[in-house]
Amino acid sequence: MNWFKYASPASFYPVAGRLATAFAWVAAILAAIGLYVGFVVAPTDFQQGESYRIIFVHVPAAWMAMFVYLVMAVWSALALGYNTRLSSMMAQALAPTGALMAFLALWSGAFWGRPTWGTYWAWDARMTSTLILLFLYLGVIALRGAIDDPRRADRACALLTLVGVVNVPVIYFSVKWWNTLHQGATISLTAAPKMAAVMLVGMLTMTLAAWAYCIAVALARVRAIIIEREQGSAWLAAVDGVRG
Amino acid sequence: MLAAHDLAARRGFAQLFAGLAFRVDPGSALLVTGANGTGKTTLLRILAGLTAPTAGAVHWNGALVAPFDPSLRAAVAYAGHAPALNDNLTAGENLASLAALGGTPASDDQLRAALDTVALAAQRNLPARVLSQGQRRRIGLARLVLSSRPLWLLDEPVTALDAAGIGALTDLVRRHLDGGGLVVAATHVALDLPAARVAELALG
Amino acid sequence: MSASPVAGAVWPAFRWALARDVTLAFRSRMELAVQLLFYALVVVLFPLSLPPDGALLAAVGPGVLWVAALLASLLALPRLLAADYHDGTLEQIALSPYPLAALVSGKIAAHWLTTGLPLVVLTPLFALPYGLEGEAIVVLAAGLALGTPILSLLGAIGAALTLGARGGGSLLALLILPLYAPVLIFGAGAADAVRAGVGAGAHLSLLGAGLLVAIAAAPWAAAAAVRIALD
Repeated sequence: MNWFKYASPASFYPVAGRLATAFAWVAAILAAIGLYVGFVVAPTDFQQGESYRIIFVHVPAAWMAMFVYLVMAVWSALALGYNTRLSSMMAQALAPTGALMAFLALWSGAFWGRPTWGTYWAWDARMTSTLILLFLYLGVIALRGAIDDPRRADRACALLTLVGVVNVPVIYFSVKWWNTLHQGATISLTAAPKMAAVMLVGMLTMTLAAWAYCIAVALARVRAIIIEREQGSAWLAAVDGVRG
Repeated sequence: MLAAHDLAARRGFAQLFAGLAFRVDPGSALLVTGANGTGKTTLLRILAGLTAPTAGAVHWNGALVAPFDPSLRAAVAYAGHAPALNDNLTAGENLASLAALGGTPASDDQLRAALDTVALAAQRNLPARVLSQGQRRRIGLARLVLSSRPLWLLDEPVTALDAAGIGALTDLVRRHLDGGGLVVAATHVALDLPAARVAELALG
Repeated sequence: MSASPVAGAVWPAFRWALARDVTLAFRSRMELAVQLLFYALVVVLFPLSLPPDGALLAAVGPGVLWVAALLASLLALPRLLAADYHDGTLEQIALSPYPLAALVSGKIAAHWLTTGLPLVVLTPLFALPYGLEGEAIVVLAAGLALGTPILSLLGAIGAALTLGARGGGSLLALLILPLYAPVLIFGAGAADAVRAGVGAGAHLSLLGAGLLVAIAAAPWAAAAAVRIALD
């Protein structure tokens, strides 16, 4: 399949629309199944009671926060390497979703920490790294908003994302080290309870749901970005429902 | 020899120009005219290799050059809007610094001679912050002379120059062309150059 | 026509940028002094916000000094490129036949010499009020000596990316501070380790390794960012 055929915003726009709808349905169905399994079917954990169920939201969100950053970095590398507008637009579309996932991970983590540890925030390694990751996302979003020229903004954000992606493992490692030195053998917030098979199924389903959700939202957002940035071009004026 | 094919440029959402094509041979000058906002500065920056055009290509001596191409950087002397002078350095120090940056360090004698050419010998040891706009521009001209680069890209070189300054500029350009150099200048004031050596490109 | 003969000349380029920027920094000595005074101010204000408990101060001392150094470094970063950007010198630097990464490295080195090094030298003076002594101070200074160049190197990338962008210093801080976290952790952690009786060897080695990586990679990233900013 000739991928480069879809490298132009004009040809990608309709494809993105169809894919976004498809993935939205997938996300909704998987989420329904996953939440059912997680909140109804899965048994009560003998250690943590009912509060553990938050992992069905927390863990997928945390994974997606990391994964979306990686995908953003890939699009950024493509943007700098091939100078394609669409690559930058995809990176631009992913940043808010990644930030949301990071925030969701932190938010749900706080609600897990409260009953488990008695505190909303415990400076554990993963949470702290995720917090820094959230700042990295916000930095990319802020930089884009601060530069007027779209092409310059594209390339600056791409470079920033790549510098960030190199640093994320370093940050994680350093925070983990700091954490183990200071907290010793405390139970890590993300040491999930011994997973019964059905819990694993629930978590996997929710992860896939989160993944599909991120794809759907990013594609929908990139359509909006395409409209905004391609204003004035002939193909856009001809598209139904869009005022050129 | 400088050539451009099918050059197009945008700034933000505005299309500045498209389909530009021209050629500048050694010993000739191209004057770029047009109202404000038509892309004169952008064109010069594309030719200097600071920014990429949205379409088209620039060729220097037959070879395609991308932004920041080493062969272009070795051949271009770019005089943009801001004359690249630091307020905390003297006129002489600024000139020496820029000459060294360009890979052609200048001796004291050369510096003196260059400043003489633009009638700034007396200001050599004054900090740039006390110089007038016209004097700062003239230091920029001196830099061009010291750079010994074949291709001069001048963005509104006449700005802030008085009659004597314009005379000096015209002299320098004429001498540069005589020596086989090339000049592309964005200007809205006609320069007194032999018509046979000058082509005009109107933008907008 | 081929590239200029100086196209690969790293050392002359580095020297040009270093000499120029150090000269310029000395001609604005007041600015340098103000930055150091800011560092001093932060260091002095912190104890005022905490209970006057000697043990507490000694415990937070390394962290406070490190954060103060971080903030002081951050304040000085725009100076690295902003003036050159506004007066047109940065364009000439980017168009120079010399390697841009070498030129940028020279500027970064000058920035560290005029901003980071004074901080390192002053640290023993400011560590005393926090009740830090002997080996802790040495390790703290060593950590800062390794860490402040990393701050300058990473900061240059941020400074270049934010040239001509709105939001100025705050935006730069948002972009750079998350990347500083490992430096802060290992740097402050080194002094803490010494105070706890554990060796600081691992911390300092990691900082040293980080510095080497930063020296190897940051100038190129910063050069790329400069080109993007001039686009």
